[in-house]
Amino acid sequence: MKRKTAVLISVMAMLMITAVCAADVNPPQVGGVFPDIELSKPADPAHLKYLGLSGSGTFKVQQVKADAVIIEIFSMYCPYCQAEAPNMNNLYALIESNPAIKNKIKIIGIGINNSLYETDIFKNKYKIAFPLIPDGDFKLHKIIGQVRTPYFFVVKLKGGKAEIIYSKLGALGDNKAFLEQTIKSAGLK
Amino acid sequence: MKKILTTFLFIIIFTSNAYALSEAYKNNIYNPGELKPVDSVLKVKVGDAAPDFSLKAVSGKTISLKDYYGKKNVVLSFVPAAWTPVCSDQWPGYNIVKDIFDMNDAVLLGISVDNIPTLYSWTNQMGNLWFEVLSDFWPHGAVAEKLGVLRSEGVTERALFVIDKKGVIRYIDVHNINERPPLEMLVRELQKLN
Repeated sequence: MKRKTAVLISVMAMLMITAVCAADVNPPQVGGVFPDIELSKPADPAHLKYLGLSGSGTFKVQQVKADAVIIEIFSMYCPYCQAEAPNMNNLYALIESNPAIKNKIKIIGIGINNSLYETDIFKNKYKIAFPLIPDGDFKLHKIIGQVRTPYFFVVKLKGGKAEIIYSKLGALGDNKAFLEQTIKSAGLK
Repeated sequence: MKKILTTFLFIIIFTSNAYALSEAYKNNIYNPGELKPVDSVLKVKVGDAAPDFSLKAVSGKTISLKDYYGKKNVVLSFVPAAWTPVCSDQWPGYNIVKDIFDMNDAVLLGISVDNIPTLYSWTNQMGNLWFEVLSDFWPHGAVAEKLGVLRSEGVTERALFVIDKKGVIRYIDVHNINERPPLEMLVRELQKLN
C-alpha cells in the first residue's frame, strides 16, 4: 500500500512539474529555433505549389521552399486579426510583385483553435491569398507559449532548420519597413 | 487516492487549454479557470414553443422575441460573462459571418447577464457588431432561468438556441462552458431551417 501511494505521489509530482513547465512556456524568441511541428498541408493545389510542397498529409515549416517564412498566428475570432487581414494581403502583394523576393519569402497563417471550416471563412471573408492552416486542438499554440493573437514569427530557413529572426505580438505596422527588415535579417540583400 | 489522482489529472489536462485571446483585449481578461462544463437543467426542449421575452439591448432598443415571429429565424447566443476568455473569443467570429445569417434568413441575438455598461465596454473591443447584444441583468438572469440555462453561480451557460419563424425551438446546444462551439455546427442547423 505504501509503495502504491509513493508511486502515485511520484506520478502527481511529475505531472505537476510538466504542467508548470507547460504553463511557463514563452514564445520562442529571435535567435531561437521554430518548433519542429507537423502542420496540415493545404488542400488547395495553388497553395501547395506556393509553398513548394506536393501531396497530402502534413508538412513542417522547415520544408517550405523559401529562404524565409512569415508565420501569422491568428484566429478567425480575433478582432485584431480581422483588422490586420487587409494589411497582410498588402504584404503578400508587395512580396509577390517583387521578382527579387517573390520566391524567397512566403507567408502562412496558423488559425489557433480554428477548424478548417473557420479558417476557410476567414480566407473567403478577407480574400486571403496565402495558405491558412488550422490548429484546431491548440497543438502548436501550446508549444509556442499560448501567445495572444495576432502574433508574428519570421523564420530563416537554412540546412533544414528554421531560425527565428522576428517574434512579436501585434500588428506588423509599416509593411515596407517590415519587409526591408526581413530581407536584411534573412540575409537576402 | 484514485479520486485525488483523477481530479489532479483533470485539472492538468484541461487547465492548459488557454484560448488564443485577441490582443484587442490587452490584459483586461479575467480568467476564471476551468469550470464545471454544464451546471443547469434545461426547461425547454426542441419542438417546444420558445417562451417570449423582452430585454434591453446595448443599442438602446428593447428587443422582444415575438417581434421576429413570422419574419426571421432567431439564434440566441448566451455567453457566461463579459471580459472572460472563451466568451471574448466567440461573438467576434459571428461578427464576420452576417452573410451566413442573412442567407438563412436569421438574426442573431447575443445575451449575457452582465449589465448594459459592462456589455457596452466589452463589445466595443470587438469592433462594430452587426447584431443586438441583450442584457439579462435584471431581474437577474430571468430569461436564462426561463430556458433553464442559468448556472448556480449566477452566470449563464454557453448556449445556442435556434428558433424558427413560427417561434419553435429547432436546436439547442448547451455547450461545455470552457469551449467555444464550432461555427460549422450552428451553420448546419441554420441550413436545416430552409
